[in-house]
Amino acid sequence: MIHDPGLSATNPDSPLIQIDHLTKVYELGEVEVHALRGVSVRVSKGEFVAIMGASGSGKSTFMNILGCLDKPTKGTYILEGIDVGKLSRDELAAIRNKKIGFVFQGFNLLSRTSAIENVELPMFYSTVSNKLRKSKAIEALEKVGLGDRLHHYPNQLSGGQQQRVAIARSLVNDPSIILADEPTGNLDSRTSVEVMGIFQELNNHGITIILVTHEPDVAQFAKRHVVFRDGKIRSDKVNTNPKIASEVIKDLPMIDDEEDEAA
Amino acid sequence: MKMLNILLSAFRALQRNKMRSFLTMLGIIIGVGAVIAMLAIGQGAEYSVKEQIAALGTNVLMVYPGAQQQAGVRTAAGSSVTLTEDDALAIARECPAVQYISPGAFAGGQIIAGNLNWSTAIQGVGADYLEIRQWPIEYGDFFTDQDVKAAAKVCILGGTVADNLFPESSPVDQTIRIRSVPFKVVGVLTKKGQNANGQDQDDVILAPYKTVIRRLSHWSNLRFILISATSLKDITTAQTQISELLRMRHKIQPYEPDDFTIRNQTDLAATATATTQILTILLASIASVSLLVGGIGIMNIMLVSVTERTREIGIRMSIGARARDILTQFLIEALVLSLVGGITGIILGVVGSSVISSLAKWPTIITAFSIILSFGFSIAIGIFFGFYPARKAAMLNPIDALRYE
Ligand SMILES: Nc1ncnc2c1ncn2[C@@H]1O[C@H](COP(=O)(O)OP(=O)(O)OP(=O)(O)O)[C@@H](O)[C@H]1O
Ligand SMILES: [Mg+2]
Repeated sequence: MIHDPGLSATNPDSPLIQIDHLTKVYELGEVEVHALRGVSVRVSKGEFVAIMGASGSGKSTFMNILGCLDKPTKGTYILEGIDVGKLSRDELAAIRNKKIGFVFQGFNLLSRTSAIENVELPMFYSTVSNKLRKSKAIEALEKVGLGDRLHHYPNQLSGGQQQRVAIARSLVNDPSIILADEPTGNLDSRTSVEVMGIFQELNNHGITIILVTHEPDVAQFAKRHVVFRDGKIRSDKVNTNPKIASEVIKDLPMIDDEEDEAA
Repeated sequence: MKMLNILLSAFRALQRNKMRSFLTMLGIIIGVGAVIAMLAIGQGAEYSVKEQIAALGTNVLMVYPGAQQQAGVRTAAGSSVTLTEDDALAIARECPAVQYISPGAFAGGQIIAGNLNWSTAIQGVGADYLEIRQWPIEYGDFFTDQDVKAAAKVCILGGTVADNLFPESSPVDQTIRIRSVPFKVVGVLTKKGQNANGQDQDDVILAPYKTVIRRLSHWSNLRFILISATSLKDITTAQTQISELLRMRHKIQPYEPDDFTIRNQTDLAATATATTQILTILLASIASVSLLVGGIGIMNIMLVSVTERTREIGIRMSIGARARDILTQFLIEALVLSLVGGITGIILGVVGSSVISSLAKWPTIITAFSIILSFGFSIAIGIFFGFYPARKAAMLNPIDALRYE
């Protein structure tokens, strides 16, 4: 069903992501908005990158191009040795389906569709048998700790649970990268740590993770910090001592709950 | 995406807006129902016309006095134009392709039986009339050749006349008075029902033509001669033989036109069928306009749906749906709407036709053709009117669809 655009032509020596001189210009009638002004970056397999920067610095624009949802105005984007700029619409769809999992700030789940069906969705667009589809979806939901919420609808789930469903959906087709644009933006601090725990767990299993965040606390869980300013990369540092979410969570008191009950 | 899954999700998407889906389908339901019912009525009319013509016997010829009808007016009708009893006898004698012959005369008037009365047409015919019309006797007998020759005052009643004049007793051997001439009833005809024009064919009295001419008519010549050819394929031969014989007997010069008209049932059938076919086409085309309107309804709703679900489209694209997956999804939704509507419409049309049949006593016929036609039409409508909205959805850019507010 899927025409494989040479997806398997991976060169083990080349980096997973190789981006050079990426620019993005939005044309709003007379005005031109330069969202990206020449971004070059390499990301290798197994990295956990946190992208930070002020509002409007171009982080989401960058992520959308990484996720093959949008096209750059100029520059090259090579993903696992494939020049993404040369791919057709269908080939890009196949990349989004197989290689990339995207997690959005606003969850972007299909409403009136149960958790398990949301997670099954990417497999409808690839060649997965009906039986395998179900078991893989259950497996993915169990991984994010939602094994007991399979048939809940998004409006019956908390924000943190919805985001976990979205993460389960992003990882169900075994992608090589998960891209997350402010995945904890709508969540409280405890839930944020839980979600980061899931990302760290996935990263430990070899999945490359790139996430955008405004919160330094959240960025502390990543192994590398990239900071954007005015459409350019201002700094790119290794986080020598990332925090471990599973340990942080133990020290977090359940204050919110107690206060709520007391009130 | 597998077909079954697409179908399932199409059904679910339509279920979410039950009322809207139903109203959209209603357009198609009414359209298809109307087409089916109109075709059924038209084809019913066509059938009953053919049936009646077949009942007349297809190897039947009619000879009328007067020249060929032109635009419904018999042009050369006049006292000189005559069709006599001798003409009829000559045809019987001299035309080998002729099997049966019945001279014909008309009279009308008040008929009295006891204290009941009835007004109807009295047809004077020959002893072979019923052979030609292939019209059996219900009970009693038909009059004989002797009765005809002797101008006996006997008659046969059509079913309607019998019912009205003799509601309780058997009319056979009773006496009726036609314009005060007493006639003995010898038999009653089987009922034939209405003809294509809605006339009651059983509202008739048959009597020997000689009797009608002598006792009841002011016209001493024949009004028509009904003839049957030996077989269907001899009909043209018979027609030529009769025409030649009559021209000779009437001393018509070669340059002069006939002073009589021969018509065969096939001509009649062709005209009548053509007329009813036009009726069918007319009815069906009026009905298909409503089908078209239904299709536009589908397109409208699908466009609304694409706009409403732009984010959903974006989400699906962001996890790997290709343009063609989105296209198929929306096309299938449109198809499901039109197909479910179409099938419901077919059922409605079939039920509606039988209701019309039984209420209006109008024959209706539902053919496989009309069902296949409307089924195919609803598929075509789904594809045609679903394609544009589906394409619009499929052509969206993933990021634009995701950002859509
Ligand atoms: N579709 C668009 N059309 C026009 N301009 C856009 C569009 N999307 C983004 N921009 C502009 O591009 C610039 C970068 O936007 P972007 O969304 O990438 O910022 P961001 O770093 O993600 O900000 P935030 O942290 O607030 O999410 C902004 O100035 C924004 O106004
Ligand atoms: Mg952003």
